Amino acid sequence: MNEQALKLKSIEYRKTVLTIIHRANAGHTGGSLSCVDILNVLYNRVMNVSPDNFNDPDHDRYIQSKGHSVEALYTVLADKGFFPREELDTLGQYRSHFIGHPTRKVPGVEQNTGALGHGLSVAVGMALAAKLDGRSYRVFTLLGDGELTEGSSWEAAMTAAHYKLDNLVAIVDRNGLQITGPTENVVALEPLEEKFSTFGFAVRMCNGNDVDDLVATLEQVPFEPGKPNLILAHTIKGKGVSFMENQVGWHHKVPTDEQLAQALAELELARTELEKVTA
Amino acid sequence: MELGRPNLDEFSATLLELAREDRDLLVLTSDSRGSGKLAPFAEALPAQLIEVGIAEQNLVGIAAGLAAAGKNVFAVSPACFLTARALEQIKNDVAYSDRPVRLIGISAGVSYGALGSTHHSLHDYAALRAINNIDMVAPADNFETREAIRAAYRHPRPIYIRFGKKPMPHLHAPDTTFTVGRAITLRQGADVTFIATGETVAPAVQACDVLAQQGISAGVISMHTIKPLDEEALLNAAHNSRALITVEEHSVYGGLGEACAATLMQRGVYKPLKIVGLPDEYTVTGSQVEIFAHYGITPEGLAATAQQLLAVEIAP
Repeated sequence: MNEQALKLKSIEYRKTVLTIIHRANAGHTGGSLSCVDILNVLYNRVMNVSPDNFNDPDHDRYIQSKGHSVEALYTVLADKGFFPREELDTLGQYRSHFIGHPTRKVPGVEQNTGALGHGLSVAVGMALAAKLDGRSYRVFTLLGDGELTEGSSWEAAMTAAHYKLDNLVAIVDRNGLQITGPTENVVALEPLEEKFSTFGFAVRMCNGNDVDDLVATLEQVPFEPGKPNLILAHTIKGKGVSFMENQVGWHHKVPTDEQLAQALAELELARTELEKVTA
Repeated sequence: MELGRPNLDEFSATLLELAREDRDLLVLTSDSRGSGKLAPFAEALPAQLIEVGIAEQNLVGIAAGLAAAGKNVFAVSPACFLTARALEQIKNDVAYSDRPVRLIGISAGVSYGALGSTHHSLHDYAALRAINNIDMVAPADNFETREAIRAAYRHPRPIYIRFGKKPMPHLHAPDTTFTVGRAITLRQGADVTFIATGETVAPAVQACDVLAQQGISAGVISMHTIKPLDEEALLNAAHNSRALITVEEHSVYGGLGEACAATLMQRGVYKPLKIVGLPDEYTVTGSQVEIFAHYGITPEGLAATAQQLLAVEIAP
């Protein structure tokens, strides 16, 4: 899929994310909006995964370590055809598989997540299996920045470097905010680039809300043979909706009817502008 | 009873046999190949042993990832760390995600003796009983260990197996069969039945001999599978005996004893019952043998408990 089509998709995905969160009256709005471009580029451009090859041992894997941004994942999986779009409307409902964190009951989900600091270890296991079996698949995992204070993330990081897992791609959704406030005020994470470099990763920075930059960065994987890949994707929490951007309160706030209407109008305007550029 | 080797040695030998036939069988260690008696395995099949360092959370997470990719994984670590430090990974990455990882808790219970409570696992039955989708086995002797490891290799679900490191006597007749979830009745007893698990089965068997000399008919069930509990075997024992004593190398809270008590009461079977295990206190210091003796997990101690139970609870 070309960059222009990807950009249009990102806008549609944002609309869907907001609509299903509004309908469910629950969800992680800010984080889903910050990571949705990353998921878009992964699923529509970079990864070799679809409903047709999901059971093929060589399909690329994706693990969402920051499981709470699940609305973005459900939205992309629905668009990829893993399940009918209408199922998104059951988000959060009694007996629905579409709960607030990814589970394998939802087609296309690779691993149950939700507790933070788990995804990278599981991704290391999958990537290690590919190396042992000489398989070509790659393992992508999306980490929240706030979750990097979980020590298990760094246990996994050491192991990834030790086993030279250059088929592992960890992407940090570096939106700079966690539920309490700015990550640097909660417990400072910086300098993250140096930390991951020192832990043995080949690190690249990119704008995680810029489709062109994401494509350019992800297409360079593996960055260095023999080293696991780490992308510090700088993003804006709540990206795409003016009154949600960089507002810590939108971590898991649900838009009112009026706020949803305004957000959808802004996104529709963005779509019109984008199409003008193309024309 | 003829003395065998440590269940730990039986485990590592069995694992090596299985691994020679299956290159997808992987053993994961957290700097625990020495304490897991896996050095020979590492030498024979170096490509099938994955070291993750002293990082139990990572051990279990990686094991789940490998299992997801089709590997037959045994994650080996001291029971105390495996089931406490990595409990959330067991709960989420293995059990909830339904990855058939075999979790092996070595030097379980108070096997580490005088190393102290940091190294004891007296909580693991309780913790894992409350987690859905993981089975749990504590083999009593070399036979049960060998069969439990073989069964775990074929097991379609997550499973936790824990054992100690001191030589164990052979307890079973040659024609015994082992199935996860099916207890093995070693002796029938009309007066009292010990429902024991893991390394407490041997003293329970010897307690029967002590009691026989006093004219008390005592039986033993090796309840090697803590979960799912063999309720039928338990109810049969309750039907055939006047009293029951559960024995475990675990806290008296949340383990085999309470599992049996809950089953009996909810089935309307009200029998004199004593739960023998480690009381809820700072565990006495000493070797495993000394700790067992202190808390009455010896042939004489268990016999005395049986006498008291029979005298006090069901005296005419």
